[in-house]
Amino acid sequence: MVSKVIYNFKLMKYIFVFLAVFLFNCNNDKKDVTLNKDDRVTESVDATQQDTSLKIYDFAGVEKYLNYNDDKTYIVNFWATWCAPCVKELPYFEKIGADYKSEDVEVILVSLDFPKHYESKLKPFIAEKKLQSKVIVLNDVDSNSWIPKVNENWSGAIPATLIYNNDKRQFYEQSFSYEELETELKQFLK
Amino acid sequence: MKTLKTIFTFLVVATLFAFTTGTDSGGYDIGDIATDFSLENIDGKMVSLADFKEAKGFIVIFTCNTCPYAVAYEDRIEALNKKYASKGYPVIAIMPNNTDVKPGDNMEAMKARAKAKGFTFPYLMDKGQKIYPQYGATKTPHVYVLQKTKKGNEVKYIGAIDDNYQDASAVNQKYVENAVDALLNGKEVPETKTRAIGCSIKV
Repeated sequence: MVSKVIYNFKLMKYIFVFLAVFLFNCNNDKKDVTLNKDDRVTESVDATQQDTSLKIYDFAGVEKYLNYNDDKTYIVNFWATWCAPCVKELPYFEKIGADYKSEDVEVILVSLDFPKHYESKLKPFIAEKKLQSKVIVLNDVDSNSWIPKVNENWSGAIPATLIYNNDKRQFYEQSFSYEELETELKQFLK
Repeated sequence: MKTLKTIFTFLVVATLFAFTTGTDSGGYDIGDIATDFSLENIDGKMVSLADFKEAKGFIVIFTCNTCPYAVAYEDRIEALNKKYASKGYPVIAIMPNNTDVKPGDNMEAMKARAKAKGFTFPYLMDKGQKIYPQYGATKTPHVYVLQKTKKGNEVKYIGAIDDNYQDASAVNQKYVENAVDALLNGKEVPETKTRAIGCSIKV
């Protein structure tokens, strides 16, 4: 059936136009979100995390954050300061954590930064961006042993995100826009 | 109206299709025959696997200048080539990123990095990004060990170089070396697939 779709050029043209419009709108939305986000941050100046020391774990220590068994929905994002697409999407995770806090959603940012960069890059980044979400650090070099425990299908590329609650668990090896993230999150909220 | 409905149905299918294929890694599995290519090297010449008449196989590594994990492995990649090129398994490094997104990975930067680090292996640009999706590479570094067979270059190992990106002296499992050693000795590769954290390939 799908092959029929592909060879039907006339319909493809319609689809293409529709998708072009669709994608164009998405891009516009992204810009809006970024702007809003910036406004929000300048309004709420709270640097409580600034002086906090980093919470650094091996995978055994991180596992509990991936398996909470309460009424909340958790969005766990694997990132690093050197990962450009991670840094780009971080504001969306911050925003969704704030927007859905009242619906028992918690964002946990799992940094995969190198130990030599904890002081020079990670801590300054957390302070500068005034990150409100919980940040933990995963330092466990034997990634072949723990990557499948996060998700069987994860190749190990970041950014990567896990969303879970008591009913549902989904893993995403991809970048998110705010809208995409919100769409996914809504499937977890009833 | 009927046409509209049909269009809408196809649109839904097409959209779903687009999203599902987006998360499906695809690419090669163990035992598949890997495609050859003709990609530009840092010396300006085009390089193909077929050029290596004497080779018994290849250590194909998707890597780049800008990913800290790839950088952490630069010396080890060079060491792999030094150890195995003469035994018939040369390293072929391929830079898969879109250089508009990552200018630090453009040809000039690749040349500079190769010179600074003294790379002795080909460092190729996947211009147009046609090759890495066929292999199914998702990140840098991402290794494919191939063995030359009558059928073609057969995929024998996919994954990480070893089990410690931070400290080469603290490595327990040298996955790629174990794989190539096994192939050189006519044995089965002990661990055919491993995983490691890496930087997503920039499209």
